[in-house]
Amino acid sequence: MQVQLVDLVKEFGQTVAVDHVNLTIKDGALTGLLGPSGCGKSTTLYMISGLEQPTSGKILFDGEDVTEVPAEERGIGLVFQNYALYPHMTVQQNIMFPLVNAKVKKEEALARCMEMAKLVKVDDLLKRKPSQLSGGQQQRVAIARALVKQPKVLLLDEPLSNLDARLRLEMREEIRRIQKETGVTTIFVTHDQEEAMSITDEIVLMKKGVIQQQCFPQRMYLEPANQFVAGFLGNPPMNFVEVLAEQGRIRLNEAQYPVQEDISGTVLAGIRPESFTLGEELTVLVESVEIRGRDQLITFTLNATPVHALIDSVHLVKAGAPISLAIKGKRIYLFDKESGRRLNKEFKYE
Amino acid sequence: MSKAPAVKKRSAWKKFYESYKAYLYLAPAILVMLVFVLYPLVKVFRMGFYTKYNYLTEVGKGFGLKAFEHVLGDPSFQLALKNTLIIFGVGLPISLIIALVIAVLINSKVKFKGVFQTVYFLPYVTSIIAIGIVFRWLFHSEYGYINYFLSLFGIPAMKWLSDPKLAIWAVTIFYIWSGLAFKIVLFLAGLQKIDEQYYQAARIDGASKLRTFFHVTLPLLSPTLWMVIMVSVIYAFKLYNEIFSLFSGQAGPANSAITVVYYIYDMFYNRNQVHYASAAAIILFIIITVVTMIQNQVSKRFIHYN
Repeated sequence: MQVQLVDLVKEFGQTVAVDHVNLTIKDGALTGLLGPSGCGKSTTLYMISGLEQPTSGKILFDGEDVTEVPAEERGIGLVFQNYALYPHMTVQQNIMFPLVNAKVKKEEALARCMEMAKLVKVDDLLKRKPSQLSGGQQQRVAIARALVKQPKVLLLDEPLSNLDARLRLEMREEIRRIQKETGVTTIFVTHDQEEAMSITDEIVLMKKGVIQQQCFPQRMYLEPANQFVAGFLGNPPMNFVEVLAEQGRIRLNEAQYPVQEDISGTVLAGIRPESFTLGEELTVLVESVEIRGRDQLITFTLNATPVHALIDSVHLVKAGAPISLAIKGKRIYLFDKESGRRLNKEFKYE
Repeated sequence: MSKAPAVKKRSAWKKFYESYKAYLYLAPAILVMLVFVLYPLVKVFRMGFYTKYNYLTEVGKGFGLKAFEHVLGDPSFQLALKNTLIIFGVGLPISLIIALVIAVLINSKVKFKGVFQTVYFLPYVTSIIAIGIVFRWLFHSEYGYINYFLSLFGIPAMKWLSDPKLAIWAVTIFYIWSGLAFKIVLFLAGLQKIDEQYYQAARIDGASKLRTFFHVTLPLLSPTLWMVIMVSVIYAFKLYNEIFSLFSGQAGPANSAITVVYYIYDMFYNRNQVHYASAAAIILFIIITVVTMIQNQVSKRFIHYN
């Protein structure tokens, strides 16, 4: 089902949590609502669920206005951040609770519960209480409970934040698999850019209640709309260096790079740490080296700004020694210093 | 190997020596407990088994179960037991339900939550004697508000405090009201501990308000509920203050509102039959113990501790 938000606003007293959001979420897609804490992503999710009422604006499900429809009648499934499994019920009772409420016949409810339990792989834990489950298992049960009534939209609030690193990897693939198998339109909230990039069909990046960019993950990484998006995606984050653009070129230390002719004045040049490679374009003095395994993070100064670069670990790099670098594909993003808007719009895919 | 026991012995002594300060700090409280709780308890158990006992000389005669025989056969004690069971069987459940309903209402999103909380807590900090005086007026057969209220429904005026048949019901009503504050405050504390997300989850799961109450609120409140029931049951069996204040130190018309604890008090102070008082106290002790044990068994099935 397609979810559409029209001019959605949510105010809490003086603070505007969600600021005139217009958004269309595709049917059957896995969409990630991404942003730093306090950006309004969870509030947006809760408004879609109906647990939170918008101050103004509309929410449409397949074109139908559901803004005034209470949560229980919207046909959504919601997985809470801490799962909110009923501690006094067994796994089976938890999964069946929505069906019992909907007065589904017992045999059918049982069959659907089993089907869901198998889908999320908890069919051997049905008699246990939530307290006897691991975090990942609780997460699976919560997803089963949300899916058992066959919702039109599945909403997940920070589904992986309570899990340890290893489980997180496992569960994010599981969420992807379950979403693919059921084909249910899924929206999940996260503050982790890696999580969002790894499993979503589309990312909606928010900041201070405003949508910054909406597109598929790779494109958001390669073609950020503004400095915030560029800095939010990628780890370690993009470097930003002040440069002077004149006559179609900018200067990084002694090296010159061509830019669009129409850009001039002081702008911000954004270079991803992973865009650096060994080469002959610019020579810098390595200040520190941090081995990360596959690659090493080196720090040096570019235009009086500390800059990080990721270099393959096979190269021997020493702190205090000079190193010659190049920028892959001369991939430098230019941003307006004031507004943060990206200035060089074109992007060359290889 | 042969050294080990010696070491162990020394360490035990050392352990005591290391914590002797802790025992010193505990000593005053332990002393008070010994003098005012344990010693009287032992004495009660001793006195109850005499056929005759002189409280002043502390001399008892005829060791045996005579006192129990007398107490159990005493119509006054039987009435006290019946009255106590009325409080326990009728007053307590009604009081629990009313308290739970009020607590749930306050806990739902009403305005002036704090004001309500204070209003309902006030009876708890007010002297039961003072409340008793107020209730004496409310129950007054000619000027009382309770009769006035009943007259609105065409029910004739009742002599709440002077009719021997009605006296225990007046006490029950008074008990229900005076016990509310304590229960409401504890229920509220328990309700506020329940995470809001369970209610949101229940809404998403399409549970009606009533189903949410019975399938989410009540099970999650069960540890508090259990604790309140436990304390209230014991309190109901020990009921005395309410009677004392409602009938100015008497047990109602013709002793009709007598309870077990009032019977014990009466035997002890007014009649000087300390051995009967003791026997009655031991019987009450046994009843409370048995009821508590039954409760413990029942609770294992219904209480969900997280």
